[in-house]
Amino acid sequence: MKFSLEWLKDYLDTDASVAEISAALNAIGIEVEGIEDPADKLAGFRVAEVLTAAPHPDADKLQVLTVSTGEGDPLTVVCGAPNARAGIKGVLGLPGAVVPANGMQLRKSAIRGVESNGMMCSVRELELGDAHEGIIELPADAPVGADFAAYNGASPVFDVAITPNRPDCMGVMGIARDLAAAGLGTFKPAEVPQIAGEEACAVEVRTDDAEGCPAFYARTVRGVSNGASPEWMQRRLLAAGQRPISALVDATNYLMLACGRPAHVYDMAKLTGPVVARRARDGEQVEALNEKTYTLDESMTVIADQAGVHDIGGIMGGEDSSVQPETTDVLLEIAYFNPESIGVTGRKLGLATDARTRFERGVDPAFLDDGLAILTGLILEACGGTPSEVMRAGQPPVEAKVIAFDPALTARLGGVEVAKAEQRRILESLDFKVDDDWQVTCPPRRHDIEGPADLVEEVVRIHGLDKVASVALPRAEGVAKPTATPAQKLERRLRRAAAARGLNEAITWSFISEREADLVGGGRWVLDNPISEDLKVMRPSLLPGLLSAARRNLDRGANSLQLFEIGRRYLEDGEHPSLAFVLVGAKGARDWRSGKPKPFDAFDAKAVVMDLLEAAGAPVANLMVMGEAGDVYHPGQSATLRLGPKNVIASFGAVHPSLLKAFDIDVPVVAGGIHLYAIPQRKSSGFARSAYAPPALQAVSRDFAFLVDAALPAGDLLRAVRGADKASIVDARIFDVFAGQGVPVGKKSVAVEVTLQPGEASFKDADLKAISDKVVAAAAKLGAELRG
Amino acid sequence: MSTQHEQQAEATLTRLETVQSATEVEAIRVEALGKAGWISALMKTLGGMSPDERQVQAPRIQALRARVADAIEAKKAALEAAELEARLASETLDLTLPAPTTPKGSVHPVSQVMDELAEIFADLGFAVATGPEIEDDWYNFTALNMPESHPARAMHDTFYFPDTAPKGGRMLLRTHTSPVQIRSMVEQGAPIRIIAPGRVYRSDSDATHTPMFHQIEGLVIDRDIHLGHLKWTLETFLKAFFETDDIVLRLRPSYFPFTEPSVEVDVGFRWDNGKRVLGGSGDAEGHGWMELLGSGMVNRRVIEYAGLDPDEWQGFAFGVGVDRLAMLKYGMDDLRAFFDGDGRWLAHYGFSGLDQPTLSAGIGAGA
Repeated sequence: MKFSLEWLKDYLDTDASVAEISAALNAIGIEVEGIEDPADKLAGFRVAEVLTAAPHPDADKLQVLTVSTGEGDPLTVVCGAPNARAGIKGVLGLPGAVVPANGMQLRKSAIRGVESNGMMCSVRELELGDAHEGIIELPADAPVGADFAAYNGASPVFDVAITPNRPDCMGVMGIARDLAAAGLGTFKPAEVPQIAGEEACAVEVRTDDAEGCPAFYARTVRGVSNGASPEWMQRRLLAAGQRPISALVDATNYLMLACGRPAHVYDMAKLTGPVVARRARDGEQVEALNEKTYTLDESMTVIADQAGVHDIGGIMGGEDSSVQPETTDVLLEIAYFNPESIGVTGRKLGLATDARTRFERGVDPAFLDDGLAILTGLILEACGGTPSEVMRAGQPPVEAKVIAFDPALTARLGGVEVAKAEQRRILESLDFKVDDDWQVTCPPRRHDIEGPADLVEEVVRIHGLDKVASVALPRAEGVAKPTATPAQKLERRLRRAAAARGLNEAITWSFISEREADLVGGGRWVLDNPISEDLKVMRPSLLPGLLSAARRNLDRGANSLQLFEIGRRYLEDGEHPSLAFVLVGAKGARDWRSGKPKPFDAFDAKAVVMDLLEAAGAPVANLMVMGEAGDVYHPGQSATLRLGPKNVIASFGAVHPSLLKAFDIDVPVVAGGIHLYAIPQRKSSGFARSAYAPPALQAVSRDFAFLVDAALPAGDLLRAVRGADKASIVDARIFDVFAGQGVPVGKKSVAVEVTLQPGEASFKDADLKAISDKVVAAAAKLGAELRG
Repeated sequence: MSTQHEQQAEATLTRLETVQSATEVEAIRVEALGKAGWISALMKTLGGMSPDERQVQAPRIQALRARVADAIEAKKAALEAAELEARLASETLDLTLPAPTTPKGSVHPVSQVMDELAEIFADLGFAVATGPEIEDDWYNFTALNMPESHPARAMHDTFYFPDTAPKGGRMLLRTHTSPVQIRSMVEQGAPIRIIAPGRVYRSDSDATHTPMFHQIEGLVIDRDIHLGHLKWTLETFLKAFFETDDIVLRLRPSYFPFTEPSVEVDVGFRWDNGKRVLGGSGDAEGHGWMELLGSGMVNRRVIEYAGLDPDEWQGFAFGVGVDRLAMLKYGMDDLRAFFDGDGRWLAHYGFSGLDQPTLSAGIGAGA
């Protein structure tokens, strides 16, 4: 909301500077978003008198003026305005001044051979209005030579943000009241003229919707002439960013901005019969002032006559009965609308207006008569006319709230000691009534005050938040205790392990497009009101986000990329913390030793998954490598890792070529995912490790080469070998896999190195023979033959 | 032994000097000292001598044997040394060539900052709490004192789902981390000290707003907590986070439905080559104030909604943008880049996995 200093001074008697007022506004909770001084823009523009005007010798449409600025010799100025003539006073921009409308800096220059020492300005050039037909003509008594900004009453403009709890400050008067309480001056309430009704109100008003519109006050004014509003009012409205329209409309806008009180003016000629606040009928339509037609329903309160709806109550008036230049008789409406209904109606219609903003937050229910009187006074001043008596329908809810306040609460909650007398002064200056035993009566305009905590806020914000001293939080004795949960520690370990392993952590959108979601099996959670189609479905998998990021990187010329993300997947049964990664394109850059790098393959993905699971403390030795990794993967180059047949902990593999194609990716990508919640949390058993002493005797190793079915998973063979003699076999490693020459068709040769650890005594030949036999026998169960 | 033997020994030594290979040296060794070598044969003659003769001859023969044997060993060693030298000379590597590299991974700045905040607040006794992002209207709004008709709801630009929420209204994407306040109080009761970091969502997008961003919520509920504690906590945490005592806060009264009184917190900064650098009073020359976070004393109604007695328990809450903190501390200026996954950006602004924030080493990771 914007307002000028001169306007503020109507309600606040103060000598405070702009900077002091600005600081005070911030301090009491009215945030200053900007301060603009029009005088800055009008620097170098002076009141000047045209002494002579003669045609330009070389240009038909130009004149050569001599202009007095009250000092020195008159200046020669070339001017194209038809109304420039000797004897008028206007505004001269001197060389160096910058024209507000176009930012052009004026210079002394020759125009068609005649020297010009400045520019006589139009209203539009100075951004004072829309008129641009000719130069400004000032009254004859304008002091020649005066700084135009000062002469014109230019006043600094504050742009403030009013929090939604303070509709009473959505008018200059309310802001002045708060500033006065903070010691910035003396509050001067708006003067309320005594309007003597000269006739009965010719239009009957009533409210048939006591809930939506509990009070509807009105009066007619007949015989008005709706010309331009007074210059002083236009100036203030312009400063507030409100375009002047006509005297009647401007008067209502002025009342709203000055007192936070929306009102409406109807052209009586367009009304038939009683004017009634009632619920709209379903499907009823009204063309509003913004020239859009709205379809209403039964929940909405409207102001209507026999012919139809004239006003979406408290939100926007109707086009049909709006006042026009030729309007002569008007009906003034001051009503009280239920804030909640206004909000519901406004949201349903998607209609945001200044009136709605105020009614929705709650206007002063005790300001109907005064508001109407002030509005009438403004109209009578500008438009003349005969006012009627006030007709009042219904009652605004003015019951004052009384709060039992304990001034000690200020220190207890606000953390600052404020003397009782000062607390009382603050509350009273904000128009609260405080009786001897601290029963505080709230002004009805303060809808935001609900209880004692609100009064503490009033006291503290006016007293000064800067006076609240910092007080250390009580601290537990000793060193701070660890607070991270096992899940948090798991996530941190995984993140840092992945980063240490060469993967870059990305954060991608939680929402993806419907198409992307469908590519990975579809999303359960689809937004009703997405910001775009690309960000519509809560991701069921982190893969689409990473693949999209991969594509963007490839488009930028990357040829090798390792990305991971730790985040949630959004499924039917909740939000699942997950880790996913993609290894894209080549394993690295070309190297002088190894030449062109190979593309990442499924084993690279497996290595990442295994390393991360190990870092996470998962029992990697017990993991089973199984299939069914899902459609996103290459069916023959992917696997799941499980603890138990149904407990999938991770999956990995080459990304399915069709999925890559759908993401416009033409290099190989391998990927993996870990379900964080599926990793069993290790039971805490203190810090001591299990007992261990390195064996005294050296381990020995024996190699076995088996012929097995080509389809036999090597891992099965390895597990069988490992399990053949658990007492002695401490490790088994596959060191060769071979098929081809010398190996029968349909078979493969798998060579395993088995590490044997003797216990108390060294192995004798017979021991080794026995272990070997067990290994061969275990392998044989899987159809493996020992190669000769 | 005869002079002939002496001469033969001299000849052997001369030959040794001229030979160039280990094979030739070995041939000479066999010829002289091998089983059938002439010196071995000479040694054998000692057995047939009389003791007197042996007494004379033995030292001479052994001396001769030793001379030849030592010369052979010396020659062998010299040849081996020469061979090693020649081999090493042939093995020279150009070590200006690059060594194999391992790719450097990184931790995202948002994660890093969340870890930093967890570390700071752990020292102040705050645990880290979490809650769902797909939230019930009741937790996101109603329990935070924003009933259905509340105008402040409109300021939240909420994303909605078609699903009906268990506690009324519709399911939505949480617009702030504040619902975690409610959930934590309901689950844990009071006293409580938590921070709750996480993703939040608002339908807003421009250079400084993205529809998804990160917030961290702070909540302290106890018996005697007041605004002064809030002020101290914010000052203390910001000083620890930015690792400078030159942090000046400006508290402004504000409005949030879930706090009363409500306080907006600005932090002073100075302009440095077009960038904002925290420090100093915003009122000082060349300085300004920047909105940093919202906070306040938890509204009685919120405490009631969370199932606690507001006459017994009171406290404060605050919420601050994590992305914003990261940008201010580490100097990024485009929020959208946070969520793009550009490998170059991540490598530049990301953190080493080893940069685990600790109190002893400092919370922040140096540039």
